[in-house]
Amino acid sequence: MELDIHTIRKDFPILEETVGGKKLVYFDNAATTQKPKIVIDAITDYYSAYNANIHRGIHHLAEKATAAFEDTRKTVKTFLNAASTEEIIFTYGTTDSINLVANTFGKKFIGEGDEIIISTLEHHSNIVPWQMLCEEKGAILKVIPINEDGELLMDEYKNLLSDKTKLVSVVHVSNALGTINPIKSIIDEAHKVGAKVLIDGAQASSHINIDVQDLDVDFYALSAHKLFGPTGVGILYGKKDLLLAMPPYRGGGEMIKEVTFEKTTYADLPYKFEAGTPNIADVMAFKFAIDYINTIGKENIAEHENQLLEYATEKLEEIPGLKIIGKAKEKVSVISFVLENIHPQDIGIILDQQGIAIRTGHHCTQPLMQRFNIPGTARASFSVYNTFEEVDSLIAGIKKVQKLLS
Amino acid sequence: MTINEQQEELIENFELFDDWEEKYEYIIDLGKKLPGLADEFKTEDNIIKGCQSLVWLNAKFEDGNVVFEADSQAIIVKGLVNMLLQVLSDHTPQEILDADLYFIDRIGLTSHLAQTRSNGLASMVKQMKTYALAYQSLGK
Ligand SMILES: Cc1ncc(COP(=O)(O)O)c(C=O)c1O
Repeated sequence: MELDIHTIRKDFPILEETVGGKKLVYFDNAATTQKPKIVIDAITDYYSAYNANIHRGIHHLAEKATAAFEDTRKTVKTFLNAASTEEIIFTYGTTDSINLVANTFGKKFIGEGDEIIISTLEHHSNIVPWQMLCEEKGAILKVIPINEDGELLMDEYKNLLSDKTKLVSVVHVSNALGTINPIKSIIDEAHKVGAKVLIDGAQASSHINIDVQDLDVDFYALSAHKLFGPTGVGILYGKKDLLLAMPPYRGGGEMIKEVTFEKTTYADLPYKFEAGTPNIADVMAFKFAIDYINTIGKENIAEHENQLLEYATEKLEEIPGLKIIGKAKEKVSVISFVLENIHPQDIGIILDQQGIAIRTGHHCTQPLMQRFNIPGTARASFSVYNTFEEVDSLIAGIKKVQKLLS
Repeated sequence: MTINEQQEELIENFELFDDWEEKYEYIIDLGKKLPGLADEFKTEDNIIKGCQSLVWLNAKFEDGNVVFEADSQAIIVKGLVNMLLQVLSDHTPQEILDADLYFIDRIGLTSHLAQTRSNGLASMVKQMKTYALAYQSLGK
């Protein structure tokens, strides 16, 4: 279905903003997407009409707030096609979800000499928690290499797998290059040696349909703010039998069944992993973001984004001295590039003067930048509300960068 | 020229520009004009932390004045560094320590260059003052 982008743009108040008198062109969607008005309104509405702490009070407001909060859980369950809402845990973001797994699953099931496999494409948040765990446990971190196009070398991956492998934790879609990884076969291969798999879905969830049962994935992590939702909300999907076997993460209220000074018993899933008062307003508003995606349709979103990607790739490749980093056959609408003799930071500053927001730097993937032997890239990432005219502005903007800096 | 006279001169220069392009052409030109640092000074120790592009700063003490040399991978940062050197280099440690740098604000660049963590001009100024303090205690 052909989307009416101009109508969609009206749903996002921020797109009306100007930067130094110029129309904002927002191409930093991989960092965070903008929020539709229904999400913004949902937050205001919550605080204006039914703010209360959840799961505790028996009064009207508390019941209403609890119902709204649990509604989001049901919506996420459907969004990921999880088997039950017990498998949907609210966290503060992808980083928090990964740390949860490292500190619970990792604490209990990973020991000295065990191996954890990640990839060269990982975001720091899917590297550092595992390094910390390995240091504590004497476990070993192995890294799947990539080719020049930014694709995982699957044969090398298979060679890394052994009965020592306890966990494979890889990114679904690379935030720096846009590569879509073949996670289905990554999961299947890992399961053959008895390893569990965590998929970092921070970038994938806004572009690709996710069916955790079909994937047979053990853990899937994502951040609401990357799919039109608020900041401070993340999801950890985990298979029920695994979640049951794992020790709790943080201790406190909400996550207990009964507390005495001698012994505490823990709450049932998913509450066992949700200590303390959660980010109720934003969790509740996240439902509206998913509803928004469902109304437009992820396939339609992806189709528009892919058209933008194709158009932008073609136009960028025509620019002399520009090199695209990351040319995977399977990509989402993220383009990283470098310009000959021009530092990415200079690109970002001059584009910003023209109202164009892109990201420059290492994108929290320093080992990946080292792999390509570059200090960083300039990255443009597109979302459903971006237009072909905006891509034209980017192209003109880059030409101006070259003119000023040559 | 005193530190403040230098700052006033820079501010006056920037008042002549009509739009951002002229402003940035000027900064880029300053970046190109900065002699930079010989490779032997581009050491790990001389790197200013907190910048998105690598920035190196080296200092010498000559005739009672601190003389700075610096370099960066990014040309716009190099231009800004050039301005900082024009203002602060070749002054006594006390003058450098007392300096109140208001020109960055006044030329309207603070928004994205001076403040954010990824563009640590502030770290650069701090490092320059640290050198001044070190030479001051050496001099005593
Ligand atoms: C691939 C990937 N993983 C993890 C993260 C971390 O997400 P958050 O900062 O929302 O926890 C990001 C965000 O930039 C990402 O792109």
